[in-house]
Amino acid sequence: MMTRRALLGVGIAAIVPGRLRGQDTTIAGGGGDTTTALADPLRNPFSVGRLRDSLTAADSDPILIATEKRLRCTCGCTLDVYTCRTTDFTCTYSPAMHTEIKALFADGKTPEQVIGVFVAREGEAILMAPPARGFNLAGYLVPGLVMAAGLLGLVAWIGRRRGAVAAAEGTTPVMTTAAITEPDAGARAALRRALEDIES
Amino acid sequence: MTLLGQFALWTGFILAAWGGVLAFVARWQERPEVALTIRRTTYAVLVTMLVAAASLWQGLLSHDFNIEYVAGYTSRNLPTYYLITTFWAGQKGSLLFWAVVLSIFGALAQWLTAQRFRDLLPYVAGITNIVAAFFIAVMLFGDHTNPFERLGFTPPDGRGLNPQLQNPGMIAHPPMLYLGYISLTIPFAFAIAALLARRLDAGWIIAMRKWAIVSWLFLSVGITIGMWWAYLELGWGGVWAWDPVENASFHPWLTLTAFLHSVMIQEKRGMLKRWNMSLIIGTFLLSIFGTFITRSGVIASVHSFTQSSVGYFFLAFLLVTGVLSFTLLYTRWGSLEPEAHLEAVASREAAFLFNNLALVGIAFSVLWGTLFPIISEAVRGVKISVGPAFFERVNIPLGLFLLFLTGVGPLIAWRKASARNLQRQFILPGLAFVVGLVGALLVGLRGYSLMTIALGTFVIGTVLQEFTRGVRARMRMHDENLVLALGRLMSRNRRRYGGYIVHVGIVCYFVGGLGQSLRVKESHQLVPGERVTLASPFGHPVTFTFLGVSQYEELNRQVSAATIEVTRPGKAAATLVAEKRQHFNALGEKSFEPSTEVGLISNLQEDLYVYYHGTPDGTERSQFEFIINPLVMWFWIGGALLVIGGVLAMWPGGPQIRARRTEAMQAGYAVPLTESAVTS
Repeated sequence: MMTRRALLGVGIAAIVPGRLRGQDTTIAGGGGDTTTALADPLRNPFSVGRLRDSLTAADSDPILIATEKRLRCTCGCTLDVYTCRTTDFTCTYSPAMHTEIKALFADGKTPEQVIGVFVAREGEAILMAPPARGFNLAGYLVPGLVMAAGLLGLVAWIGRRRGAVAAAEGTTPVMTTAAITEPDAGARAALRRALEDIES
Repeated sequence: MTLLGQFALWTGFILAAWGGVLAFVARWQERPEVALTIRRTTYAVLVTMLVAAASLWQGLLSHDFNIEYVAGYTSRNLPTYYLITTFWAGQKGSLLFWAVVLSIFGALAQWLTAQRFRDLLPYVAGITNIVAAFFIAVMLFGDHTNPFERLGFTPPDGRGLNPQLQNPGMIAHPPMLYLGYISLTIPFAFAIAALLARRLDAGWIIAMRKWAIVSWLFLSVGITIGMWWAYLELGWGGVWAWDPVENASFHPWLTLTAFLHSVMIQEKRGMLKRWNMSLIIGTFLLSIFGTFITRSGVIASVHSFTQSSVGYFFLAFLLVTGVLSFTLLYTRWGSLEPEAHLEAVASREAAFLFNNLALVGIAFSVLWGTLFPIISEAVRGVKISVGPAFFERVNIPLGLFLLFLTGVGPLIAWRKASARNLQRQFILPGLAFVVGLVGALLVGLRGYSLMTIALGTFVIGTVLQEFTRGVRARMRMHDENLVLALGRLMSRNRRRYGGYIVHVGIVCYFVGGLGQSLRVKESHQLVPGERVTLASPFGHPVTFTFLGVSQYEELNRQVSAATIEVTRPGKAAATLVAEKRQHFNALGEKSFEPSTEVGLISNLQEDLYVYYHGTPDGTERSQFEFIINPLVMWFWIGGALLVIGGVLAMWPGGPQIRARRTEAMQAGYAVPLTESAVTS
């Protein structure tokens, strides 16, 4: 009796172009024994990625993942270790860093201690975000300070302009609170013209 | 053809430089024939650049591997449509692409601009010619930057195109982004022309307004397609990583968005003239800065496919242009006095000013974060990295403030809003805000996510109210039905209602961003038949069953395809296929590292995203990343709305053209009848 996997495999073979591949690694097109290909294990490592270690529960530990997200992969990809090792299959740096981080946790180190090990060895550049101390505070505070200064400047500028307008008019601006009433024919015509001309 | 291409480049360079110099040294104001000559140089440069482009495309399509660029980016088995797009795949081609498109835009600006602005056009021609001459000069005089450079031998096949660039996104993303960057030259040219000609009324704004919207539209589309491309090709399940190159495209978009708002204040009230000039100059400089970041490699980026010393040409150009432009602005400072003053805080002008503050503030914080590693190294000698956490911490609150202003702006009257007006305008959007807030609280959202939903519903409430009131007014006054009233309302106020559609699009982006914070991701190794179940953030389980791997060849690659069955409660089972690809050249040699195509099932609620790492030799165990990515589709819906709103806002016609037509018709009928009646 055909197993479910074999049945599905035949189905896939029917819908995908080309032929199912087994041990044969030639790239030229052509025929082949589909049944044989299905029965064989896949033996084409260069085409399906590098060898990988088996995943364990420790690999998916949330604390480990959170720690890896704070550390930059050293391959130059600019990604964090977790994102790189779960994305860029050609990178050999992030899997090595992952293994090291896992070992450090297994030794009983805390996340801060693990990060400290990498910072001591690689410098602050290993961190995805610089620690908020010393000169780095400028990195965090300057945008907020500039925004605050801009806000204050804008409010002061608006206040000065309003004062100038009020002085020019010789009176303080009064808000209109007239009741809205049903417009007469003339007002409706004016409104219609205004509606036609609206361009804002 | 390379000889012809070289000749075209040199001719184009001489013509562009000549046209540029002539615009600034000749006394063309008194000599119309010289003014015409300056303008005609833009057409001549266009012809030379089209010849150069045709020469390169001919080399690409004919597999002339003696051309270094063709050998470096193509191969014999590359599909034709990718052969065409390799024009902008590498640095040399991109530089030529930039020069070609700039020459097209420069010529269009001369051709399409109304004659009443003709005293600006020679200056505009001069500036576009100078920028074009700069790009051609980089190709001619840079280190290995000439797209027609030949090799000392002819390889049998080329290196091929990077597999990550073999994606439909490649056809659209880089050109769109380039078109956005390049078209910014035209508003910049009009601004400088207005300063030089001392025509500092609103004329230059009217002349370049649509160009600014065009630039904004191209940038928006380019950025969104880039997000989509990164989402599908990079395989990490995200759309935006705050990478320096991504940030470089975001800077001019932010400042241009600020300009498109503040320019309305100048048009309506004659205010903010200096600010608008500064914004458009700054936006152009930021587009050059983006090119510098992309090309120099001065800041590490995952997107820097090409890095060379050419970046320093751009740095020099950036500095010279910046100094000259702002010096010119300074000399005209006194002529840019506002014609009116702000009358109240509760006014649309003030709301737009705060909107500008938020947009420019975000642009500054992104720029600051992008450059901070360089600043740190210069000051302390210590290299640091600034990742997404920094940008999100700084920019999310600013973004929410901006979202709030997006809702507030349309509700406040120009000049001065009365208390009654404010009360009337804010009731319904305020109710929408409360409904959004309560709804989000009930589903368990907190913090920024909560405010995103509440403010998003506030903006939607504002837009709906604006549409409803406008339609009802038309239905009442013109006896139109709903559809006709809606259509005419939008067609007669295109910029306004196009803008509202864009606002809804922006809300969609925020919703997409909210979904990113709810992403679920797990790594698993499975053998065929094994399954894994993930809990969706929406509460339901999603089961992924690994069915098996098939392998086959396509035109230029060998594909290993993993098929996954997906089951969700209440929905039919579906399958998705995630691929690992190894590309080959025509000689059967491996080209590039293996690449990945993610498996994806997408709907309004969530994306089911599977990344196939590979199947180790001799085993059936395969490793996958399973990601449930909520609300991603809202990014693409937002992008579509930006396009619809932007196109509507810039579509020709509208009240001004109608008014001119009406005026002409009235003149044609009224004059003879009145004259005859009076004289007879």
